[in-house]
Amino acid sequence: MADQHRADVLVSCLHGRAPEFIPALREEIERRGLAEEVKVVETGCRGFCSMGPVLTIAPPGTFYTGVTAADIPEIVEETLVKGRVVQKLLYKEPSGRKAVQRYDEISAFAKQQRIVLRNCGMIEPTSIEEYIAVGGYEALGKALTTMTPDAVIAEIKKSGLRGRGGAGFATGRKWEQTRQAHGDVKHVIANGDEGDPGAFMDRALMEGDPHSVIEGMIIGGFAVGASQGYIYVRDEYPLAVKNLGIAIARAKEFGLLGHDILGADFDFEIKIVRGAGAFVCGESSALMQSIEGKVGEPRAKHLHATERGLWDRPSCLNNVETWANVPHIINQGAEWFASIGTERSKGTKAFCLVGKVRNPGLIEVPMGISLKTIVNEIGGGPPRGRKIKAVQTGGPSGGCIPAEMLDIPVDYETLSEAGSMMGSGGMIVMDDRTCMVDISRYFLEFLKDESCGKCSTCREGVKRMLEILTNICDGTAKESDLPMLEALAKTVASSSLCGLGKSAPNPVLSTLRYFHKEYEQHIHDKYCASGVCRSLVAYVITEEKCKGCGLCVKACPQDGISGSLKQPHEIDQVKCIHCGACFDACKLDAVQIVPRAMVVDGKVQVPVITNEGPKRPGGPLDVPVRNVTTPGGNGGNGHGAPKGAKR
Amino acid sequence: MPQLKSLDELRSLRTRLQQDIKTRTESSTTITVGMGTCGIAAGAREVMQAFLDELAARKMDAHVVTTGCIGMCSKEPLVDIQQADGPRITYGNVDTTMVPRIVEDHLVQGHVVQSWVVGQVARG
Repeated sequence: MADQHRADVLVSCLHGRAPEFIPALREEIERRGLAEEVKVVETGCRGFCSMGPVLTIAPPGTFYTGVTAADIPEIVEETLVKGRVVQKLLYKEPSGRKAVQRYDEISAFAKQQRIVLRNCGMIEPTSIEEYIAVGGYEALGKALTTMTPDAVIAEIKKSGLRGRGGAGFATGRKWEQTRQAHGDVKHVIANGDEGDPGAFMDRALMEGDPHSVIEGMIIGGFAVGASQGYIYVRDEYPLAVKNLGIAIARAKEFGLLGHDILGADFDFEIKIVRGAGAFVCGESSALMQSIEGKVGEPRAKHLHATERGLWDRPSCLNNVETWANVPHIINQGAEWFASIGTERSKGTKAFCLVGKVRNPGLIEVPMGISLKTIVNEIGGGPPRGRKIKAVQTGGPSGGCIPAEMLDIPVDYETLSEAGSMMGSGGMIVMDDRTCMVDISRYFLEFLKDESCGKCSTCREGVKRMLEILTNICDGTAKESDLPMLEALAKTVASSSLCGLGKSAPNPVLSTLRYFHKEYEQHIHDKYCASGVCRSLVAYVITEEKCKGCGLCVKACPQDGISGSLKQPHEIDQVKCIHCGACFDACKLDAVQIVPRAMVVDGKVQVPVITNEGPKRPGGPLDVPVRNVTTPGGNGGNGHGAPKGAKR
Repeated sequence: MPQLKSLDELRSLRTRLQQDIKTRTESSTTITVGMGTCGIAAGAREVMQAFLDELAARKMDAHVVTTGCIGMCSKEPLVDIQQADGPRITYGNVDTTMVPRIVEDHLVQGHVVQSWVVGQVARG
């Protein structure tokens, strides 16, 4: 075991890319005769998902991003043999393009605080040895041998830990209720049925550090008096299922699961249950039904699951991230945990920062950090030339928080007040090329499919809301549809049984609240300023701004743009499919989004002045477009950028 | 693997396992071996292996890293030792037989083996 290797190469964020990468790396290391000295370790997610595969070579902790198999010989030669840094593979800061050598020097990490994810990307998930080496199962030993179950519960209560699945129920109180409930047989359950679009924190945790979830569950089982635990994982996470399975088997081997754990006369077993991919099974009562082998439908909660849950026995269900917090609280104390975060939201929260930011990925931040800090400093801000419009938190059950409100701190109460929710940790950043009506339509389409159909308000109401939203996006909605939409939303929220139905209207209600004008614009003006709703827009080129570079010609999938080199180009309104490729391609802000109504018989009718819609740094577009006539053909010589056109 | 039967057993296992991941944890001592073409030709690889063996045998906590040519090829293999807050000491013409004494005197006792030193840089 005590091999004498001098360096570790940690490989993470492969995510199925390049399965041949690790064997190739091992082979090259072998070929250079370094196999004895250098160990290759495949680790979990490092948070830099978009730049994977990433490599960390320790010591000294040199961090390489976007590595390909072709880079392997150079890395081995330069870094492993000669100790030099391969500059081209270093991470470059979005601001200033400064290359950073070490992972911990990257500015995106300065604002983060990793507690739950601290081992992700640092240890080999399938190795219980590495988990023990970094202090794993110490908390379990401490709890079992030096604490009573009540003391454990008191510690968790004191820490202020709240459910990380989204609703934020006090974990200690849930444990206490389960402990006090009558019944000999009790259960603990980990909810790993992460279903929000764009969210993958739980997956990263289960794949990257499965032992932390297991350790937390054993401690929880000890505290509430349960001897059987279940981890409910969606079957779409095969690697999570695999790594958890290995972790459970290894923990049994080491006597950390099973009979008489650590000689403390406490027995505990964990079973993995694979979910079949229904979003509603992330809801606690539906999840328990699903474990029992029944149809995953929520039930009324006259009695809490802590009284009568799984098989009508007292059950303590927490999100996997909540469980993973437990060992750290036991090890470092409730005071330490409570010192992080805000008055009512303690500790840290993992988020999946996705959408229109330059550094999308998995992050973990202390509670109370502002959304602005997350988006701009950790996420690196919006892509060049774009502006943040809103941030969506909480997945399909959450809401959109407009850019003006990004100063608000991230905690359970503030997000709820803002019409959104903490949720399990999805965070989607939207820029000015995102239509808020389209976004709520997207989420309702998801929810329509995922509604279990038990409550008619949710089953039918969501569908009707989706119809209205689709009509708004298509430009066929009536004036009376908006009040109808709002009324439907309120009815669905108030009369559905479970969390899915209760929160299903949130995307609609929050966008109605903050982006009412956008809805009105769609209905009254039949215009979508962000250019997303294709039926409502047309694209025209402003003659005064177009320098005839031909970029849009190349971008157009329809061959619908023509014009002579260095002369203003024209869009053929008949050929145009309103995809917006020319808009995105133009560097001079010459392509403009206009209401579709202005195009009659393939011609743009009136000059337009608009201050709405996406803007480039050049300021509001105030130049009238000329009357565009449909060009007869495809011009021809407009193809290709002219010499000297710098891009 | 025998089952762990107490917290103490877990802790002693941990102490043993920590050796395996010590390259990833912070260390107060860094031993840098010059591994340019000149260093390799002069036997730097064997020297580095000797350091690794010696450190493993003594269960010592130190990082061994490599570096490229630093321009003093005639004195290769060159080995730098940097201890926390201390000066950086460079030994020249190191061979495998010198390694145990460097580890014993310098790292364990804290006495620099002056006769083999070719350079010394104050911290910074």
